[in-house]
Amino acid sequence: MKILEDKIPGGPLAEKWTKHKNSINLVNPANKRNIDVIVVGTGLAGASASATLAELGYNVKTFCFQDSPRRAHSIAAQGGINASKNYQGDGDSDYRLFYDTVKGGDYRSREANVYRLAEVSGNIIDQCVAQGVPFAREYGGLLDNRSFGGVLVSRTFYAKGQTGQQLLLGAYSAMNRQINRGKIKSYTRHEMMDLVLIDGKARGIIARDMVSGEIERHSAHAVVLATGGYGNVFFLSTNAMGSNVTAAWRVHKKGAFFANPCFTQIHPTCIPVSGELQSKLTLMSESLRNDGRIWVPAKKADAEAIRAGKLKPTEIAEEDRDYYLERRYPAFGNLVPRDVASRAAKERCDAGHGVNKTGEAVYLDFASAIERYGKEKAYTSGIQNPTKEQIKKLGDEVIEAKYGNLFAMYEKIIDENPYNTPMMIYPAVHYTMGGLWVDYNLMTTIPGCYATGEANFSDHGANRLGASALMQGLADGYFVLPYTIGDYLADDIRTGPISTDDKAFEEAEQSVKSQLQSLIDVKGDLPVDYFHKKLGKIMWNKCGMSRNEKELKEAIDEISELRKEFYSNVKVTGSVDSKNSELEKAFRVADFLELGELFAKDALDRNESCGGHFREEYQTEDGEALRDDKNYRYVSAWEYKGEPKDAVLHKEELVYENIELKTRSYK
Amino acid sequence: MKLTLKIWRQENADTKGRLETYNIDGIEEDMSFLEMLDVLNDKLVREGTEPVEFDHDCREGICGACSLMINGEPHGPDKLITTCQLHMRRFNDGDTIVIEPFRAKAFPIIKDLIVDRSAFDRIQQAGGYISVNTSGNTIDANSIPIEKDKADMSFNAATCIGCGACVASCKNASAMLFTSAKVSQFALLPQGEVEAADRVLNMVNQMDKEGFGNCTNTGACEVECPKGISLENIARMNREYLSASVAG
Repeated sequence: MKILEDKIPGGPLAEKWTKHKNSINLVNPANKRNIDVIVVGTGLAGASASATLAELGYNVKTFCFQDSPRRAHSIAAQGGINASKNYQGDGDSDYRLFYDTVKGGDYRSREANVYRLAEVSGNIIDQCVAQGVPFAREYGGLLDNRSFGGVLVSRTFYAKGQTGQQLLLGAYSAMNRQINRGKIKSYTRHEMMDLVLIDGKARGIIARDMVSGEIERHSAHAVVLATGGYGNVFFLSTNAMGSNVTAAWRVHKKGAFFANPCFTQIHPTCIPVSGELQSKLTLMSESLRNDGRIWVPAKKADAEAIRAGKLKPTEIAEEDRDYYLERRYPAFGNLVPRDVASRAAKERCDAGHGVNKTGEAVYLDFASAIERYGKEKAYTSGIQNPTKEQIKKLGDEVIEAKYGNLFAMYEKIIDENPYNTPMMIYPAVHYTMGGLWVDYNLMTTIPGCYATGEANFSDHGANRLGASALMQGLADGYFVLPYTIGDYLADDIRTGPISTDDKAFEEAEQSVKSQLQSLIDVKGDLPVDYFHKKLGKIMWNKCGMSRNEKELKEAIDEISELRKEFYSNVKVTGSVDSKNSELEKAFRVADFLELGELFAKDALDRNESCGGHFREEYQTEDGEALRDDKNYRYVSAWEYKGEPKDAVLHKEELVYENIELKTRSYK
Repeated sequence: MKLTLKIWRQENADTKGRLETYNIDGIEEDMSFLEMLDVLNDKLVREGTEPVEFDHDCREGICGACSLMINGEPHGPDKLITTCQLHMRRFNDGDTIVIEPFRAKAFPIIKDLIVDRSAFDRIQQAGGYISVNTSGNTIDANSIPIEKDKADMSFNAATCIGCGACVASCKNASAMLFTSAKVSQFALLPQGEVEAADRVLNMVNQMDKEGFGNCTNTGACEVECPKGISLENIARMNREYLSASVAG
């Protein structure tokens, strides 16, 4: 038997999913009542899966570390969700969405998974509207769309700059309905600490009640991880403070393979780092690139004057501005994919054209959009020969209606008004394409353990396109997992309840308890954040937007050294049996310190540049990523063997039957 | 800048709390309020003292986890932002800042500045949804056009982040603004009309059961709401409730 059985069904691409649904095992409604499923995480992927599984009749237990399922970090997604509805009649189709996603991912994702994603994307919009999600509409009452990077159609549905919030509240409401029916039991302020295996199958979890500190056993016939990504390994990212890898990493240590850990998305438009004591970074939605133009001063002297506070961006003449994305990529302009836009910003800043105090920022300028909209608005309002002031005022109103909340967020943080002066932005860690390896059914290499949404690796290859994370989370949760999990659970209809008295539960519980106590017992000198920040610096400097062999090797040594220091000198105050945020952080950072090393090891193995993974040794003459399809057209799936350095690489060869592999070009 | 902080410390729900005074130095203007607390906690941990516990997560004003009464105002002195979006440039060198939890009978204290807001979840569970199962064959999303103004009003109501500032600011600790925002979101959409009567009755009933106070129209909630949820929602909920009660 192959070690990595992808379970991709045969037949033509467009028929695979339908065929698969028709041939997998079903569980009859009466038997579903006797089957328990645990879902960890209540973001889009977790909340949607929980609600749908409960509607189907399974008994669901959900877990989240937040005080309410509604606060999972999907809530912060801003710009939108893609779907191939073709409401705009601009030639969109399932195939185009599929093609754009595979190309955007730089040909490192699975064709069959991505096609399925495109196929169910339209259903997501129907479902959300039926749930009462208030998407943006046009005056005719129909749904509005906008464009995102890496595509030439308008297929993104949105709710101002709060699309993630509205979709998550929709999924949360579907969950609430099932909680009210008694089909979901929701455990909040609970953190998954370990997975419990009985006879090689996932049969439950060990969780910590974060208020009482009690360690609890929870059993089920299957366990679904919808626990998000691991961007916080960089310490500074756009992720929420609590986002962590622990659940996924614990599952990895119990036998699930971890795929493509080095595929991380660095988002081009974030508010730049301001100081050493900063705790997190804030995204400015990609939707802003519909109207904002990115530039830096063409002359280095101007950039220096700006950094010294002697010149304002509005004082720089049009011909002295370098709209470098429009210059380098005329076909896609400011709407190139995220990895391309991020690298281009770094290239300009490294060359000395950066514009804030640290020299690590570029401009995102709305002046020409404000003027364009202002003129349009004046014309449609019947104002003849509008004054400059009238145009500016009308234009500001249009921009405010579109992006008001983002502009307000920016002003709060930077203390400058982006209606009058360009925004300063810089790339920041935002999303992780890598994650737990799953087959076509979304099952990890541990039988009965599933991973959905950002927690798995399958759909975005080496770079995710904008507005596709929400699509994938909800596709997995509403339309894929609830059906594929039946194929596995069909064998469990006679199993009966899983007892938490099993010795596997006892062992896992004891192990978690002793790990927690040992963190407190170190009694060192330095707080957890010290180690987390230090790890973040190593990751950002050596495993960030560009990587090379020498620095990756250094990173591996430095992280392994830092891990040793952590276990000998961390200081965790308080006790295990009460609310203790330092202990929570310590348990998570311990896992980040292992994942970080595997991340660097994976980046070192991949001797090519693709998507967000840019190896300096492998680039074209004009600095574009140079893929090596002959040697690296595979998913790297790592098997845990003790220390991260001993992890064993398994390769899933990627087969492209429907798309011709090409050098990605956005010129 | 140098600051004096007076912070509410309380071991758990069963113990008595007290205000403790902390002096802190080296705070920069560009730091957020929660980053200022991070600096304090870093210092406390290094000294071997338990840090101040507070709820926070996204730190960009959307998850609704952060709370805090800052000098007597929920989310601090600025309007239309959450505590995590408050920046230290709003304060002056030498200021004394009093930091307390959101207080309400229905929000029992868990520890220090953390309160239990699960009553909000239970109000939503009582009816804050449209009863539609997930299937691949619901009607097409564009088959029911919705007036843009109504859709926008529904969206505005739906932007509530469930932080509880409305309750904390209200002298009666009423949850009317929170509950009415959800009721309104659905009442304004054709999809929500079918269950409108049951929804408002069940949600209001649950709200009362949780021990929130009554609304006396002082409007403090609207003033302090970080998302600008309008009092009109309360009026709409009252109408919905009345007509549901009469019809029922």
